[in-house]
Amino acid sequence: MYKNFFKYLISAIFLLGFSVNSNADFKVGFVYVGPTGDHGWTFQHHEGRNAVEAAGIKTTFVESVPEGADAERVIRQLAQSGHDLIFTTSFGYMDPTNKVAKDFPNVKFEHATGYKREHSNVSTYSARFYEGRTLLGHIAGKMTKTNTIGYIASFPIPEVIRGINAMTLAAQKVNPNIKTKIVWVFTWYDPGKEAEAAQALIDQGADVIMQHTDSTAPVQTAEKAGVWSFGQASDMQRFAPKSILTSIIDDWAPYYVERAIAARDGTWNQQDTWHGLKEGMVAMGPYNSAMGAELVKEVEQLQKDLASGKVHSFTGPIYDQKGNILVAEGKVADDGMLAGMSVYVKGVEGDIPK
Amino acid sequence: MSLDISFIGILIGSIMASSVPLILAASGELITERSGVLNLGVEGMMIIGAISGFALMVITDNLFIAIVGSMLSGVIISLIFGFLTQSLLTNHVATGLALTIFGIGLSAMLGKNFVGIPGKEFPILFSSLKESIPFFGPILFGHSIVLYFAFALPFLTNYFLKKTKLGLVVRAVGDSPVSASNQGINVILVRYCCILYGGAMCGLAGAYLSLIYTPQWIENMTAGRGWIALALVVFATWSPIKVLIGALIFGGITILQLHMQAIGFRIPVQFLSALPYLMTIIVLVVISRDSRKIKLNTPTSLGRIFYKEK
Repeated sequence: MYKNFFKYLISAIFLLGFSVNSNADFKVGFVYVGPTGDHGWTFQHHEGRNAVEAAGIKTTFVESVPEGADAERVIRQLAQSGHDLIFTTSFGYMDPTNKVAKDFPNVKFEHATGYKREHSNVSTYSARFYEGRTLLGHIAGKMTKTNTIGYIASFPIPEVIRGINAMTLAAQKVNPNIKTKIVWVFTWYDPGKEAEAAQALIDQGADVIMQHTDSTAPVQTAEKAGVWSFGQASDMQRFAPKSILTSIIDDWAPYYVERAIAARDGTWNQQDTWHGLKEGMVAMGPYNSAMGAELVKEVEQLQKDLASGKVHSFTGPIYDQKGNILVAEGKVADDGMLAGMSVYVKGVEGDIPK
Repeated sequence: MSLDISFIGILIGSIMASSVPLILAASGELITERSGVLNLGVEGMMIIGAISGFALMVITDNLFIAIVGSMLSGVIISLIFGFLTQSLLTNHVATGLALTIFGIGLSAMLGKNFVGIPGKEFPILFSSLKESIPFFGPILFGHSIVLYFAFALPFLTNYFLKKTKLGLVVRAVGDSPVSASNQGINVILVRYCCILYGGAMCGLAGAYLSLIYTPQWIENMTAGRGWIALALVVFATWSPIKVLIGALIFGGITILQLHMQAIGFRIPVQFLSALPYLMTIIVLVVISRDSRKIKLNTPTSLGRIFYKEK
């Protein structure tokens, strides 16, 4: 019996040794706002995580973490359990991330789409999705027959408002009579509600639908109703092959791999990254042939120009809804203004929820 | 967009379509609760129904098998609840909550390989009549068979509970299991049946979402509808017809507020978003003021554990 006891004791010590060892290993944690199977926002972050894993770095993830108190608990838990780098991948994790970062100065934090870097171990990163929205606006302006574009919006944060504005400005440029109708659903992810919002916009005369929510429900509703739509965050073409004109695709993988390796090798620095079409963090899905060869060519040119910096999504003159000038003629909006954007441009209907 | 009469018809049609999962799940849960069992696992059973239905559709390419299979999956998962609460006498509330968490997790696991597959078009009935008759066309025709079933269900449930002997048995078991047992009724068996029936309806409600309403599988796609169905049963004071009214109001205001936003009404959007919850509660409270009727409908022994002394 004692023999057995020692056997167990020895194996326990070994196990302990291993677990200490694995604690010393470099580990990266990910916090997701939705399920990895949403085929949209979280799905793309998860693809990024897979790339990190493929680069030989250990990762863990927690999915469907609500923004708010739960988020702080989850981030803290990851920091406590020996993760060296933590990606928090939703805007609402901004304050919790900074709060936890204060208590864990040796852990590195990367917060997506936020602007607060209160401690030296917090970096922020985002993609210039608005460049993609500019392309969508151009296409939508050309494709609409009713001159009404329906837009399903999630939460009134600068990220979402910037997308609405970029799209509207680009659509106005090719079609001055364009109107943007907005429906706020106050969720990132509720397929049923997103479908209902899309249907409401279609019933109200919109014949082009786009969304800043995460599921594929809006494009399916558009397909059923026979109107145009765009994929969001990932290529959603197979869900609505007739209706989807193109998709905005988020590609986080290169950034995640680069940052994880930097953190492992000790070269990680605090920074604020904002990459776009140029760096490939924002990519476009295939263009639907229903657009016609001419429009496809036009959009591909615009995509090149946006990437090279020849064209900027927010080039003046830009007016707000009341007609006050936001960006003067010949100027472009600077990143500070873009990051804090909180008013609609002229041509958008309705008020921003406060 | 004008608010002409044919547009209102289309609007009512889409409101009906959006309330179907609530009607199905709430009607099923109502029978379960009338037998004295509180099953908080509605959301979990719905999501299991959603993935089972979708997976079977993909595998067999047969919508009939998918629909029946989703109901069977609801039965199987509610059997777990039944075994725990009726045979092992566990607490209803805790077991139900566990069932929901289990269901959401299990469905995500089962669904891993079904993400990103587009659904199939579900056949609709009388689609030609829908187009040709203004106003009544989109209300009465052009729906899936599940919708017609859902709208008949509250009336069938009402008839069952009030006019049939079996309905009386269910109510007796829910009100006073001890007296029912003394009358020779097998309380546990009746409760098992009611739990399984509730599971089948919740499974169907989930399949409606993944096969008909938004034909695809994505994790957590029920997005809290199970909880709303649960609340509806209580606010409707266990009356099947009021469940129907409540579900229609909830679906109706949800869709109306989206339209109001699209039209551009200058009402704070947050208020509009809260409106469905608010209005449903207000209307159901107002129509359920008769305390005598509430007493009649409320299962007195709801959530209490029953065991037969030997």
